Amino acid sequence: MEGIADMGGTSGWGPARPPRADEPVFAEPWQGRAAALTILATRVSGRNVDAFRHAQERLDRAAYLDEGYFGRWLNAAELMLTEGAILAPGEIDARARDLRGEHVENPSVSVSVSVSVAVPESARPDVGPPTAAIAVWRSAPGSLRTIDAAPAFAVGQRVRAKNISPPWHTRLPGYVRGHAGVVEVIQPAAVFPDTHAHFLGENPQHVYSVRFDSHELWGEGADSFAVTVDLFENYLETTS
Amino acid sequence: MTTSSESGETPSAALRTEALEQLLTERGLIDPEIVDAFITNYETNVGPLNGAKVVAKAWTDPEYRRRLLADGTSAIKELGFGGPQGEHIVVVENTPTTHNVVVCTLCSCYPWPVLGLPPSWYKDPVYRARVVKEPRTVLSEMGLDLGDDVQITVRDSTSEVRWLVLPERPAGTEHLTEEELVPLITRDAMVGVAKVAAA
Repeated sequence: MEGIADMGGTSGWGPARPPRADEPVFAEPWQGRAAALTILATRVSGRNVDAFRHAQERLDRAAYLDEGYFGRWLNAAELMLTEGAILAPGEIDARARDLRGEHVENPSVSVSVSVSVAVPESARPDVGPPTAAIAVWRSAPGSLRTIDAAPAFAVGQRVRAKNISPPWHTRLPGYVRGHAGVVEVIQPAAVFPDTHAHFLGENPQHVYSVRFDSHELWGEGADSFAVTVDLFENYLETTS
Repeated sequence: MTTSSESGETPSAALRTEALEQLLTERGLIDPEIVDAFITNYETNVGPLNGAKVVAKAWTDPEYRRRLLADGTSAIKELGFGGPQGEHIVVVENTPTTHNVVVCTLCSCYPWPVLGLPPSWYKDPVYRARVVKEPRTVLSEMGLDLGDDVQITVRDSTSEVRWLVLPERPAGTEHLTEEELVPLITRDAMVGVAKVAAA
């Protein structure tokens, strides 16, 4: 879907900053806790990694950007938990205000939870004891699949990324849509994010690393370089 | 999500994180010790040192280098590294005339088992937006000037494929052992925004 998360080629961000070798993994203590809680929240709300990415891309600009990477994780976790009916909308905000001494009614007892993105019962994990959650996450089946279908495209073949703007979650970046490139590598098949994020099935398919020339993407005035983008078979078509 | 309220400023991310942890703990859905264990793991066990060991071995063992470039996931697993965000790792080699640099324009996908969690610049909109459009300029702003004869390939991690750059071994390190090479190899070189310096 269109949104703040699809950043490739967008402008107005200013100059890049040189890396700092001594940067801590978590600049502030809350960031590490937010990261772990988000991974756990993905699981307890019955979501998967694609649904988590879809939760991020549905955040508004402020929720996505203002508190940085772990802030957007935290906000996506809240979205998954409220949509999964684990928490009531506003419940985190109310508890946070409680923590700083404001007295706020708990929305979980005063507000009925509306579930706008239903997760089928079959997709809900057997959450198990909390202590097992990270272990389960670490050993999760992942996204790779073995499929019988032969790849539709071959290494060296010229292909075009479809010029589509799906209203659902997709991993087809806006900046390659409608542009042609060459298949460089056929990667292992994987579950299709566009359906997996919405609990509409895994639909595993081949993934291709497609090499795009910079001038094809950005015009004749661009510097000369190439970009490879890892694209699912459904995103590609043959060029005429 | 942040909401405004008459009762004052929206609580900070730190306070909302604390609130979230309380709520999930009270419902019996999480164990705070697991949160601690996750943090400790990524602060101490899983980081760019893992990737540096892979690179140093590839620099000193031609047969390992061959396996690493042919099947990164398996070769990395030989050294004991794997796990979430490392299901399928592809290693690409930088040379004097070809340079690979990795990004994820859609979120910030990154090969956690070998590099740990991504640094702030990798997650920054500046990097995500611009490195696929003007990589030479972005790299220069970050301190890496590449000659016009160097062909740049940007690797956008839009699926579950995770890319790791095998940097060039710098001249003047021929006498160093695998163990002595490891401390020279930086996270930034393994993403492709820096080169490895001899010392």
